[in-house]
Amino acid sequence: MQLFDELKTLGHKHVKANKEAQQKVPTGLWISCPKCHKSFYHKDLGIYQACPSCQYGFRISARERLAWLVDDFKEMDATLQTKDPLDFPGYQAKLAKAQASTKLNDSVLTGIAKIGKKEFALGIMDPKFIMGSLGTITGEKITRLFEEATRKNLAVVLFTASGGARMQEGIFSLMQMAKVSQAVKNHSNAGLFYLTVLTDPTTGGVTASFAMQGDIILAEPRALVGFAGKRVIEQTIHQRVPEDLQDAETVLKEGFIDAIVPRAKQKETIAWLLATNQKKGGHQ
Amino acid sequence: MVSIFERKPKAPKTAAEIVKAARAEDKITAPELIKGLFKDFFELHGDRLGEDDPAIIGGIGLVGDQPVTVIAIDKGKTPEERIAKHFGGPTPNGYRKALRLMKQAEKFKRPIITLINTAGAYPGRSAEEGGQGQAIAQNLLEMSAIKVPIIAIIFGEGGSGGALALAAGDKVYMLENSMYTVLSPEGFASILWKDSSRADEAAEVMQVTPQSLLKHGIIEGIIEEPSSHRKVIKNVSRVIENELALLTSLTSRELIERRHARFRKF
Repeated sequence: MQLFDELKTLGHKHVKANKEAQQKVPTGLWISCPKCHKSFYHKDLGIYQACPSCQYGFRISARERLAWLVDDFKEMDATLQTKDPLDFPGYQAKLAKAQASTKLNDSVLTGIAKIGKKEFALGIMDPKFIMGSLGTITGEKITRLFEEATRKNLAVVLFTASGGARMQEGIFSLMQMAKVSQAVKNHSNAGLFYLTVLTDPTTGGVTASFAMQGDIILAEPRALVGFAGKRVIEQTIHQRVPEDLQDAETVLKEGFIDAIVPRAKQKETIAWLLATNQKKGGHQ
Repeated sequence: MVSIFERKPKAPKTAAEIVKAARAEDKITAPELIKGLFKDFFELHGDRLGEDDPAIIGGIGLVGDQPVTVIAIDKGKTPEERIAKHFGGPTPNGYRKALRLMKQAEKFKRPIITLINTAGAYPGRSAEEGGQGQAIAQNLLEMSAIKVPIIAIIFGEGGSGGALALAAGDKVYMLENSMYTVLSPEGFASILWKDSSRADEAAEVMQVTPQSLLKHGIIEGIIEEPSSHRKVIKNVSRVIENELALLTSLTSRELIERRHARFRKF
């Protein structure tokens, strides 16, 4: 899902989803990495579900990530439900299906987490919940996470994964970008640390708001990070764009990402960054 | 909620008709609005980071005796202009130029008026490489704490994040024939129904019209848009004067509290 006019740029072509990347974690014995195209035995994916060659992190649910990321977690706002503001045909059924498969009420899991004894506010977006799209409840849960963190003097760590705005919630989806941004600003003004980790894919309105507002911005290897969809870009400039235009590695070279951290290193990296970016500065 | 109508509107337009009217060739332009609304307008160029996006026209003008900062998105008139301005799709540097002017307005306590007409932020390769997402994200972040009033007028298309990056302020008004959307109706139909020719239907479902948006509390009011551009300017002018009088009477703390409450409810 993109956030721009496609009238002049797209003709009548549909923006096709990247079916290969959508395989998430495939079920066969031999797996081909959608990024480096190397094949490997399925057990080599390991608990982090990452390509053993290029470290690309396959798309995983928020709860799968939570399992290896933290030592303790208290979930927040697990029962909020969207009001379906546009009364959009078929939306309730789509939501129910996504809720059943992800065990989430909407596209982000939020709560208060611990790594060791260090407490922080944690959000993990779920690419399997309607492509991690930004709905009103996604925005509300992230806003409440920042508000709670500000009240409790906690850092926020947010894993982003999103196809962009939630089409079924129209303009209300767009308003979430402004709503969350305000909460980020209040948290920042309180001197608190905000760390984002961009995962595959981080695009559209999420890139254009809280994904890019972190004090420090990390990304997973080979994660797609961008604003516009690749086909729309090609339709706009009438040229093919390089495969790696929106790879995290490219975006890092352009100066918009601080570091690329594979999953196996994330827990210790987050712990270290939380310790070195405290409100009053210095190590614990 | 204010609706600035002197006459009873004729049969209300359908969403598809509004979309067409918002994009019409004879739609009032940003330069016309600037010339008509602000006395002694002085244009300021550049983002101070190496570029000057011509799609964003910024500067200082007067409303009565009150200096204001003006930031407008211009689609251009001639083919050359339109290409240079990416048909009104600001580049990341355009958003950075806008933010520079907003911070300057804050320093000198000038209210900010934004005039918006864009199908969306420019979605080209150079815009990706220049950090389009990051640029819009920074505007949203900073606008949430700017200590001067921000009044936005959507006068044609209000396309998605590219419009929001200038509309995340205290008041948003729309001309009668304008739209504000999460995505173009064509893109919406293409994504959801895999058929961009169902754009008219999409426009209805998306509720893109000023009337729907007013009902949902997304905007503060609708400005009557007669065919005479001179009259349009008069109507917009009245709204700006009224809102300036109201907003400049608030302390910056009250202003920001209200701005936050405005978006917190969504």
